[in-house]
Amino acid sequence: MLQTFSHIPMAWLAFAVLAAAGCAAFLAGRATAMKISASGSVMMNSQPNYHGYFAAMWTVLPAALILLAYSLFGSGLARSLLTQELPDGFAGMDGVQLSQYLDRVGEAAQLDRAVWASEPLFAAVTERFMTLQGGLKLATMLAAAVAGLAGLAFACRRLNASFRARTEVENGIEWALFACAAIAIATTAGIVLSLLFESIRFFTEIPVFDFLFGLHWNAQTEEDFGAIPLFFGTFIISLIAMCVAVPVGLYAAIYLSEYAGPKVRAWIKPMLEILAGIPTVVYGFFALLVVAPAVSAAAVWLNGLPVIPDEFFAASSTNALAAGLVMGVMIIPFVSSLSDDVINAVPQSLRDGAFAMGATRSETVKQVVMPAALPGVIAAVLLAVSRAIGETMIVVMAAGLRPQITLDPTAEITTITVQIVALLTGDSEFDSPKTLSAFALGFVLFALTLVFNLIALRVVQKYREKYD
Amino acid sequence: MADTTTSTVALEETKAIDTKVDCRNINVFYGAKQAIFDVSMAIPSRSVTAFIGPSGCGKSTFLRCINRMNDTIESARVEGEVIIDGEDVNSAAVDPVLLRSRVGMVFQKPNPFPKTIYDNIAYGPRIHGLARSRDDLDEIVQNSLMRAGLWEEVKERLAEPGTGLSGGQQQRLCIARAIAVSPEVILMDEPCSALDPIATAKIEELIDELRERFCIVIVTHSMQQAARVSQRTAFFHLGKLVEVGDTEHIFTNPTDNRTQDYITGRFG
Ligand SMILES: Nc1ncnc2c1ncn2[C@@H]1O[C@H](COP(=O)(O)OP(=O)(O)OP(=O)(O)O)[C@@H](O)[C@H]1O
Ligand SMILES: [Mg+2]
Repeated sequence: MLQTFSHIPMAWLAFAVLAAAGCAAFLAGRATAMKISASGSVMMNSQPNYHGYFAAMWTVLPAALILLAYSLFGSGLARSLLTQELPDGFAGMDGVQLSQYLDRVGEAAQLDRAVWASEPLFAAVTERFMTLQGGLKLATMLAAAVAGLAGLAFACRRLNASFRARTEVENGIEWALFACAAIAIATTAGIVLSLLFESIRFFTEIPVFDFLFGLHWNAQTEEDFGAIPLFFGTFIISLIAMCVAVPVGLYAAIYLSEYAGPKVRAWIKPMLEILAGIPTVVYGFFALLVVAPAVSAAAVWLNGLPVIPDEFFAASSTNALAAGLVMGVMIIPFVSSLSDDVINAVPQSLRDGAFAMGATRSETVKQVVMPAALPGVIAAVLLAVSRAIGETMIVVMAAGLRPQITLDPTAEITTITVQIVALLTGDSEFDSPKTLSAFALGFVLFALTLVFNLIALRVVQKYREKYD
Repeated sequence: MADTTTSTVALEETKAIDTKVDCRNINVFYGAKQAIFDVSMAIPSRSVTAFIGPSGCGKSTFLRCINRMNDTIESARVEGEVIIDGEDVNSAAVDPVLLRSRVGMVFQKPNPFPKTIYDNIAYGPRIHGLARSRDDLDEIVQNSLMRAGLWEEVKERLAEPGTGLSGGQQQRLCIARAIAVSPEVILMDEPCSALDPIATAKIEELIDELRERFCIVIVTHSMQQAARVSQRTAFFHLGKLVEVGDTEHIFTNPTDNRTQDYITGRFG
C-alpha cells in the first residue's frame, strides 16, 4: 500500500491542494468577517477581504513549509533510514559501492517493477525503499494537512471586529518579499563561500604568492600555476576591447542624444539594441572565422614588408586582436545605452544656458553636457570593463590557449575565463590542484569584477547626490 | 476693435522712442499649433520692458524669438522680422551663435554650469575670445560679479563649484554670466520666480542698475515687480499682444478691458 504512495507526483498534487485550501480558507475567513460585521454595530478595523487573506496565509504557509522541507530532505531521509536497516558489510560492499548501489535503488524505485524483477535481493531492497519513501510521503501529507487545519483554526479564532487583519497581511507580504531577497543574497553568498573554500584548499597546495605572481602557467601537467600570463591576457584583450567600445559607444551616445533628430534616433536605437541581443557565441564564431584569419593575413603581409623584420608578428590563427576587436564591438551597445541614459539625464536647462551664451552645439556638449555627465559615463565604462573581463565565449573561440606574456596583438594569448573553461572540461578528479585552480581563478575574476562594480556604484551615487 | 487702436498707438510711440529691438508681425507655430499671432512691438534701448500676461499666453515664446532660442526646439517655426540695429536676426546672414553673444538670457530656474564660479563667468568671454590675457579675464570676471552684486559673497570661493551656491546666489551668478560678454540686450524669463523676497529685491535693484547700459526685457508674473522695475509694459493674452505702453500708463489707465481685468486680478 505504502509503495503506491511512493509514486504519487507530490509537487503537483501539493500545489493543487494548497491552492484549493488557500481559496477555501480565504472564503471562510471572509465569510466569518462578514458575519461579524453584519452582527455588530462596531466598525470593522479591516475589510473582510483582508480577513480572508489572513486566514489563507495561515492555512497555506505552515503546510507549504512542511512540504518544502520534505522536498528538500525527504529522499535523503528515506535513504538514510534504509542504510540503517541494512546490515554492516551488506553484500560485501564498501562505502562507495554501497552508495552507488543505493543510487541504483533510488532510480529503480521510479521505474516499472519488471526492470528489477530478475534480481531478488535488489528487488527486495528496492521494495523496502519504496515502502519507506511512501510512508514518509504519507506522513508528510498528513502533517501538512494537520498544520494547515491548525493554522486555519488559529486564524479564525483571532478574527473579530477590532482585529487588524490588514496590518497582519501587510507584515506577511513584507516577510514574503524579504524571503525572496534573502534567497538571492543567500545564493550569492553560497557561491562566493564555495569559491572561497575551494580556493583556500587550492592555496594549501600551491602558495598564494606563486599563484598571483608566477610567470608560468601550465595547469594541464599540474606543474606551474603562475597566473600572471592569464591576468596579462585578460588585461590586453580587455584593453583592446575598451579601445573599440569606449570611443565608438560614447560618440554614438552623444550623437544619439545631442545631434540626431527623432526620426534618426527611432532607427538607430533599436539597431544598437539588436547588436546587444546577438548571442556571444555568434560573435565568437564571427571572431574565429572572419576576424582572426583577416588579422593573421594582415600580419603575414606586414611581416613580408622590407622594413619589418621577418617573423616580427606571430600571425597566429587565433589571436588577441581578433578577440579584443570583436569583444569591443559586443560591448559598444552596452557603453552607448548606459551613456545615452546618463547624457539624457543632464537637465535641458544647462543646454539652454550654454546655447543662450552663444555656445555652438559641440561647445555645449564638450564644455557643459559632458562635464555634467562625466561621473555617469565613468561608471558606464567601469561596468563595461567588468563585462569585458568576465566575457568568455568570444575569447574561448578566438583568443587561443597559449599562456604567454607578449605585446604582439597577433599572437595567441589566453585569459582567466578561457583557462577556467579548459580546466573544467574533460574528465578530471574533483580535488586535484588542476581543478581547484579553476576555483582560485574564478575567485580572482569575481574579486576583480566586484571591485569595478563597486567603484562604478560609488561614482554613480556621488553623481546622484550632486543632481538632486 | 481694441486691437487696431492699440497697434496704432504702438506705432506712434515707436517713432518717439530710441528703438533697440523692433519686432514686426511675429507669428510662432509649435507644429500646427500657433502660439503667437501677428505681434509687432518696439523695445527701447536703455530701459526695462516687462512682459505680463496669464500663463501660457506666449510671453516666453515671444521672448525667445529675440535671441532665436526657438531654433533649439524641433517643432517651433517663427515668421516675421526681429530687427536689432537695422538687421533682421532671422535672416540667413545672421549667425545665431554671434547673435546670442549680443542678446543674453537669464532663465526662470538658475542653471549654473557644472563648473567653478570663476569658470561659469569666464565661459562666455572664453568661447567668444573676449579676453586677451589671463588678467583681462580676471578683470571681466570680477567686474561682472561686482555688477551682479555677488562679488563680496563669492570672492573667497571662486574655485568652488557654482552649483554649491544658494538659489538666489545662483541666479545672480547666471546674471553675471550673461553680462560678462557685454551683451546689448538681456532677456530675463521670470528670473525671480524661484527666489525669496530678499533675493528678489537684490535682483530688482540689480536690474535697475543694469538699465543704464543695457536694453532689458523681463517676463514676470508679479504686477508689483513689473510696476517697480519696468519703464514699459506689454500685456499678452492668448498669443496676442493686447496692449503695450509706458508702465505708468498701463497700470493706471489701461486702454483695453482685458488689461484692466488682468492687472486688477480679475482673471489670469
Ligand atoms: N516646446 C513647445 N512645444 C509645443 N508647444 C509649446 C512649447 N512651448 C510652449 N508651447 C505652447 O505655446 C504656448 C505659449 O507658451 P509659453 O511658454 O510661451 O507661455 P508663457 O506665457 O511663457 O507661460 P508661463 O507664464 O506659464 O511661462 C502655450 O500654449 C504652450 O503650451
Ligand atoms: Mg514662460
